[in-house]
Amino acid sequence: MKTFRYLENVSTLLLDQEGCIGCGMCTAVCPHQVFTMENKKSSIQDLDACIECGACASNCPVAVITVTPGVGCASYIIQTWIKGRDAVIECC
Amino acid sequence: MSLQTELKPMQELPMAQSSEPCCGPPLEPPSKQYEKAGYAVSPYTKSFIKKANRYIPQIKTNLCLGDRLGSIRVRLGVNRSAYKIPPGIYCTGTPDHDSPVLVSANYKLSFDTLRSELKEVACWILVLDTRGVNVWCAAGKKTFSTDELIRQVKECNIEQLVLHRDLIVPQLGAPGISAHQVKKECGFKITWGPIRARDIQHFLANDRKPWAAMREMTFTVMERLVLIPLEIVLTIRPVLIILALLLLVSGINNDIFSFDQALIRWPFIAGGLGLGLFGGTVLVPLFLPWIPGRSFYLKGLITGLSCVLPLTLLKLNSLQPFEHLAIIMTALGISSYAAMNFTGATPFTSPSGVEKEMRRGIPLQIICCLIALAAWVTTPFLGI
Repeated sequence: MKTFRYLENVSTLLLDQEGCIGCGMCTAVCPHQVFTMENKKSSIQDLDACIECGACASNCPVAVITVTPGVGCASYIIQTWIKGRDAVIECC
Repeated sequence: MSLQTELKPMQELPMAQSSEPCCGPPLEPPSKQYEKAGYAVSPYTKSFIKKANRYIPQIKTNLCLGDRLGSIRVRLGVNRSAYKIPPGIYCTGTPDHDSPVLVSANYKLSFDTLRSELKEVACWILVLDTRGVNVWCAAGKKTFSTDELIRQVKECNIEQLVLHRDLIVPQLGAPGISAHQVKKECGFKITWGPIRARDIQHFLANDRKPWAAMREMTFTVMERLVLIPLEIVLTIRPVLIILALLLLVSGINNDIFSFDQALIRWPFIAGGLGLGLFGGTVLVPLFLPWIPGRSFYLKGLITGLSCVLPLTLLKLNSLQPFEHLAIIMTALGISSYAAMNFTGATPFTSPSGVEKEMRRGIPLQIICCLIALAAWVTTPFLGI
């Protein structure tokens, strides 16, 4: 998303390129075009566009992508502070 | 001529042979096989088609007035959590065993958006039980999930309906669904469909290959505009409580409390609150890309200030300097907080980023509100 940029250097996204099999699934599921394919390996081309939705990590068949997934929503985070991370949280 | 010869016997009367009874509806047709005791046919169901020994609802692809009013209602936040349809299998047109299977959520707004884009498309629609939440949010909460998809594929016996083993899942469902696990556990391969329902026909026509624009998230003025009513509605309850508290503190003076003083002063601080809310819930979403700063709490400070400054520049003679300060600080704190809460409605904020800005924004908002409260309460004592 070129028109909207959020905070920089905050994403928890990590890719272990060694183990990548080049299936391209991460490029297909990422809604912000964070990944690109180079020489049959995926690489992170735009880390600051990452919203940590977790689509890439849950769809990587060799599990070389890790991210702390979550919801980028202030009222949701406030509730996790109050009720704890595992609580059932009512929001949108 | 006797009466008896004039009248024909009962059984020869035409009325007895026709299907018209003496009163009530006609005898024909009898109840349909798909009508079941305790169930009602939903208004979006056009008919039923019989496939693999069962009746599958064939749904309408045009929305009626009720659907549109329902959309407006949930956009206003009225009874939003109950706006859902039963999960299971539906179809549009007359699909066969080669027709695509589209997967969706059981939020009625999502379902309506999808079916209205399926004119002249014959397909199966597998609706997951996301508790009435849209695909993106449900995927984040893991109700639009691998397990739920596998469960519905099995429960609805999708393999009896189609010969292929492909499911088209909206790309925004990917955070909740692991394609390789679905393939492993039920044999169906997932093709990631476009983000927006309006692209689905092009996607199908293009050999199920999306082009770049279908894969990219957008957040246009219209997409932001429809979110504003809900942002406002969600603030109503806390705002009413704050307004009541402000009425109380507006009356505090040397004689402990004066209701007359409260009534005179209250509208000004309530105005500050209102302007702050307007800045945070209306101006921030509307002018989002053009407001400086990346953090939402900063954007909120800017819009809050731009709303409240004209009011204080009016040089209202009845107001003291401290009161001006209180009004400005109220607007800033509220606008910043409301703007920060809008992060949840945007498609480009990360939880790490939101948490980072909250650690800076919330202390600032609390300071603003405390200064506002202190300045507002002390004015009647100090006269400044």
